[in-house]
Amino acid sequence: MWTVVACLIPPLLLSVFVFGIQVLLITAVSVASCVAVEAASQKMLGRRVTVRDGSAVITGMLLAFVIPPGVSPLLPVLGAVMAIYIGKHVLGGIGYNIFNPALLGRAFLLATFPVAMTSAWLPPLKDIAVFSYLGEGINAVSTATPLAVIKEQGMAAFTEMFGSGASLYSSFFLGWRPGCIGETSGFLIVLGGLYLMYRKYITWHIPVSVIGTVALLSWIFAGDTYFTGDPLLAVLSGGVLLGAFYMANDYVTCPSNKISQLVYGVGIGALTVMIRLKGGYPEGICYAILLMNAMSPVLDGWFKPRRFAPPVGGGR
Amino acid sequence: MTSLLTFPKGGVHPPESKAQTSQLSIESMPVPDELELILGQHIGAPCTPTVAKRGEVNEGDIIGEVSKGLGVPLHSPVAGKVKDLGSSAHPMRVSSPSITIAVNHEAEPRRYQERDWHSYEPKELLGMVKDAGIIGIGGAGFPTHVKLSPPPDNPIDTLLLNGAECEPYITSDHRQMLEYAADIVEGAKIILKILGIKQCAIGIESNKPDAILAMTEAARAGSTADFSLSVKALTVKYPQGSEKQLIQAITGRKVPAMALPSAVGVVVHNVSTARAIRDAVVLGKPLCDKVVTIAGKGIARPANLLVKVGTKISDIVNYLGGLKPDLAKIVMGGPMMGFAVSNLEIPVTKTTSAILFLAADEIDTAPHSQCIRCGWCLDACPMGLEPKEIAIYVEAGRPQDTAQFGVFECFECGSCAYVCPAKRPIVQFVRLAKMKAKR
Ligand code: SF4
Ligand code: SF4
Repeated sequence: MWTVVACLIPPLLLSVFVFGIQVLLITAVSVASCVAVEAASQKMLGRRVTVRDGSAVITGMLLAFVIPPGVSPLLPVLGAVMAIYIGKHVLGGIGYNIFNPALLGRAFLLATFPVAMTSAWLPPLKDIAVFSYLGEGINAVSTATPLAVIKEQGMAAFTEMFGSGASLYSSFFLGWRPGCIGETSGFLIVLGGLYLMYRKYITWHIPVSVIGTVALLSWIFAGDTYFTGDPLLAVLSGGVLLGAFYMANDYVTCPSNKISQLVYGVGIGALTVMIRLKGGYPEGICYAILLMNAMSPVLDGWFKPRRFAPPVGGGR
Repeated sequence: MTSLLTFPKGGVHPPESKAQTSQLSIESMPVPDELELILGQHIGAPCTPTVAKRGEVNEGDIIGEVSKGLGVPLHSPVAGKVKDLGSSAHPMRVSSPSITIAVNHEAEPRRYQERDWHSYEPKELLGMVKDAGIIGIGGAGFPTHVKLSPPPDNPIDTLLLNGAECEPYITSDHRQMLEYAADIVEGAKIILKILGIKQCAIGIESNKPDAILAMTEAARAGSTADFSLSVKALTVKYPQGSEKQLIQAITGRKVPAMALPSAVGVVVHNVSTARAIRDAVVLGKPLCDKVVTIAGKGIARPANLLVKVGTKISDIVNYLGGLKPDLAKIVMGGPMMGFAVSNLEIPVTKTTSAILFLAADEIDTAPHSQCIRCGWCLDACPMGLEPKEIAIYVEAGRPQDTAQFGVFECFECGSCAYVCPAKRPIVQFVRLAKMKAKR
């Protein structure tokens, strides 16, 4: 668990340079409230207190990673209650919760604070002026996320705002774009994800199927005509990478069998693109994962591991 | 050596931990003053004593016999006097009926004459194997003569000798392959003659290059027009030495669930069983001693010991200079499939291949927690079962419903528990489920 925390720290540090020092505050509040809520819920429900296993810390970090960098630092406190108390302990308890707690927290915040959650975006800082958004500065500068610009103003406005070609991809890949606190740096997210794979904490099945499906379907459907979409942009411009490596992969809420994991990943990818293109929100990965979370037990029931060899005469 | 053979699905890589004893030659331990022979040495019916209390016995005398059902006779490893017909501590059960023999140290050790076995008929050879009390000494302790009489409707074409020794720490087969390669090959030829077949493949994990070399040499020297023996190097992966996995690795055949290897034309024996068969047939020597690996940080001197069956753990500990203070757990067998024991009076049986004295840093003492459904156990299980579901069902009080997850195909290799991040004692859950589940 602590290895995952370590992998989440580089994207967080980078975020400080992109969005300012307040993201540290938001993340710290989120982690602290998640740990506190975890301990309190376990005490209240008469269960063993397991805050030392680090999983509440991860949830706290991930919750902060999926909210905009310009929100009030008090927002994650509410999100933590929802994520940990309701999402994790009331809906099952360790190992039995159905939905990814961090995403449930985000979905809750999106429903209760729609304005803050959809407008507190910040443009990347110039000159590493990490303190500029402290205090009053925030409202004056808020901007829109790339996906929202594409959705609401179209591709032309997007190109005007963010540029195009190699410089666009590279700044998006490194993390210099508006977005949620932890989602922007594709490079560091992928790096951490690969390390987790190397250490065998996660396998390729879910990230590859999610990212692959998003890329493929965006290429087919996201352009003006079929097969003219930009798959790279689709992967880099929202929360797909963070979702694919750190959210969809959550052990408890993803399926356990490799084949169901692939189906689940494809499902997430497809739902993400569907929500982005046809739904009401610019980004769909959060709801896509939550929806597929609910399917995990079903998928595991459908796709059983292959037995070594059936008994003679067939049958189970 | 060409490419290494292995089984495709599942498996784990626990630390091998064999360096402590792999270079130590087999050493004969002096016979202790007393031996304790458990009457139920093998799967099947336990023996009933054929000697009376205070009766005199000679080395190699039969002291227990099976009246009906599956089984083999039990021999006295030494000359001495029957001290008691009682019960002794047992590695798995709480206690078990046993015969205690007070050793007569004055008696001359019995001498065995070599004889040529080629003129015997397969039936006679089979009889010798049974009369020598030989059971599968690498594992479960299935009576060997039964494995050598496959049902007539399953034609056998291949004998596999299992020298994989995939359990961590254990090096007793390794040492025997190095020191008794020719005897093992001769034993294999006797088995081939009993089965009436020609082909024998000897599977050895590639972490024992010296054993592979020695056995290849011996196999070449032993191959004739009638017997063709070869060595197959295997990938180091646990449980490479499990029967079904070994058969798949070497022959590519899959033994169906609930079936025996004979269903796919294969018979598997451990290399040390082959050696015991050779001793039984060539020397007329019954199975009454065992090479046992004694290892771990908790024993003063690790060793590969040749001990008499019936030697107590306490005698071995004394001979090897005692226990060390950091001892945390004693395991009979390997760390993956062995049993933890808490009583030093437990005697060595014919199936004991190792006794491990593990220090705290060699075992995992973390408490277990809820399953987090990571699915690692699914990937590790070589049988393609659903260990997590079995464990969850047992925990929820529904062990009777676990057959659907394959509990009866589980051979308790422990790969699932080894990888489980929640440290769940899955094998214990499986054992419980097997007692309660409906087939
Ligand atoms: S379920 Fe049984 S066969 Fe499968 S890994 Fe666990 S112990 Fe081994
Ligand atoms: S490895 Fe352990 S925690 Fe993971 S699914 Fe299996 S039993 Fe559950």
